[in-house]
Amino acid sequence: MAHMLLRHREIENLHLLDIYRRHGGYEGLQKALEMGPQETLNVVKKANVRGRGGAGFPAGIKWGFIPQDAPVKYVVVNADESETGTFKDRELLEGNPHQVIEGALIAAFAVGAELVYCYFRGEFLQVGEHFEQALRDLRQNGLLGENILGSGFNCQVYSSYGAGAYICGEETALLASLQGDLGQPWSKPPFPAQAGLYGKPTVVNNVETLANIPPILVNGAEWYLQMGTEDSPGPKIVCLSGHVKRPGNYEVPMGITYRELIFGEQYGGGMLNDNAFKALLPSGGSGPVVTEEALDAPLSFDGLKPYDSLMGSASMIVMDETTDMVWAAWKMIDFFRHESCGKCTPCREGTYWLERVMNNVYHGRGTEKDIALLESVAKNMQGKCLCALGEFATSPILSTIRHFLDEYKAKVRSRPASADAEMEAAPQAAAVAG
Amino acid sequence: MANQLREQYGEIVDGLLRRYPQKKSAILPLMHLAQRVHGYMSQVAMNEVAEILDIDSTHVLSLAGFYTLYYEEPVGKYVLEVCTDLACALRGADEFLEMVLQKLQVGVDEMTEDGLFTVKPVMCLAACDKAPMLQCNLRYYENLNEEKFDALIAQLRAEAEADAADREPTVIERTLSYAAGDPPATK
Repeated sequence: MAHMLLRHREIENLHLLDIYRRHGGYEGLQKALEMGPQETLNVVKKANVRGRGGAGFPAGIKWGFIPQDAPVKYVVVNADESETGTFKDRELLEGNPHQVIEGALIAAFAVGAELVYCYFRGEFLQVGEHFEQALRDLRQNGLLGENILGSGFNCQVYSSYGAGAYICGEETALLASLQGDLGQPWSKPPFPAQAGLYGKPTVVNNVETLANIPPILVNGAEWYLQMGTEDSPGPKIVCLSGHVKRPGNYEVPMGITYRELIFGEQYGGGMLNDNAFKALLPSGGSGPVVTEEALDAPLSFDGLKPYDSLMGSASMIVMDETTDMVWAAWKMIDFFRHESCGKCTPCREGTYWLERVMNNVYHGRGTEKDIALLESVAKNMQGKCLCALGEFATSPILSTIRHFLDEYKAKVRSRPASADAEMEAAPQAAAVAG
Repeated sequence: MANQLREQYGEIVDGLLRRYPQKKSAILPLMHLAQRVHGYMSQVAMNEVAEILDIDSTHVLSLAGFYTLYYEEPVGKYVLEVCTDLACALRGADEFLEMVLQKLQVGVDEMTEDGLFTVKPVMCLAACDKAPMLQCNLRYYENLNEEKFDALIAQLRAEAEADAADREPTVIERTLSYAAGDPPATK
């Protein structure tokens, strides 16, 4: 299958403006400018492009929330890609930046915005270079700024950079960061579509979502709807990592099975060292772990629902029989503890304590009671956190307890006798240290 | 007192300020540049950013504490950030970090005696298919092993010895320099 998104795999130097234009670049924007904002919005709505950042919210509906009569509006590209196991936006931004910019310009035209910001995570300063070049070339060729392509549409695009904070992938935290503040989410409502950047109506879309837009404008919604599944149309970039033979990004039609992605020759190519498959984190660190039984589920936003999990950003971390699942869960909760922004108590305290207890359990210092404690703390966080980070943080622990309780039990049973003495001493030591 | 950030990167600073309708939005990129000038987020670095934005330096301090790429203590000329997150760890990242620390005779977050290297284990850097990997001063080095790491360290040591004369611009300088040519966001 020819790529619709990762087109730089076939076309060399696609990040350069003249090459991109030679291969149909900015024809989608041209088409939108001819159709007008309302018809552009209708096409995107009809194509049912669901958010590729993981939430799956339809882009057209999101754009439709922007009040048409607001004098100032913004479009923000979420290039904060920081989810464990996710590296698709990075490849698009480096290899095919113009398609992302074109998608953002179409979004801006549809909602009537004249300013677009692309917010990169700080660790993407190197990745940003092609994007900066692309913007410079567009300006020099009269494709950004005043009267784009002679249409009367005015729009500027700039990139901006964070400085290391997973939470800035959450849209309100991103906007706070873009305003020069701590990257902490705010309580919704107001949603960004009502009051976003500088308090103005703002569309925030993921990089991959926006890259889907230009081909839809060129080929039409019907064409797009023929790809993928009924509720999840279009192609999806899947990030394969962990114990597979061929890790990497794969652009596939939605609906393909997880088994095919892991074992198919043109995808993962099977398990590393031909070990047996054990578990899959289908959505980076944020989705519950699944086992062998889920592998025939289709890749789609709701495909893993019967297995209490989700596709999310389709970042598949594959684990083989040698993986200690308690260790994996501990790694994940340590990630969330580190990345909790500290604003709301359930997440700040919850991730801190979950990591401490998991650390004890993993290192053989835990008791049976700790397993119940983990579940209790995690369940007390659910539904009480300001944003999804705190919810996600509970997933790796609760799902590994559900599927691999025997491994937890083995850890707490197998702790050495000397650990008991350590546990006895621990509260006193903590009291002294505190 | 002279503002070294402005003296060294005046055109880029002005370009970054032009990018936003409210200049405080330029603070994170400005802090990246200030850290480049001063080596870490020293009080002087924070004061210079605050002066340019006409804000209190305590705001700069709060951001320096929140965002992990700002270093509140002096760091080596080269900061090696090794991803040890789950996806990389499944492909040997923890063992790789151990090797790095041993080779450089240094602990986590510590600076080598010659002031050249600081090693930090970090969370996901979006390179999970190319583990083990690290970023050195925000430049990617991927699919690493002992041999490649040795070569990298040898190259960096040689570069440090040759000194600043014909030094390549850093990732921060290269990417942010585009701002110098940017038109204003607002009329």
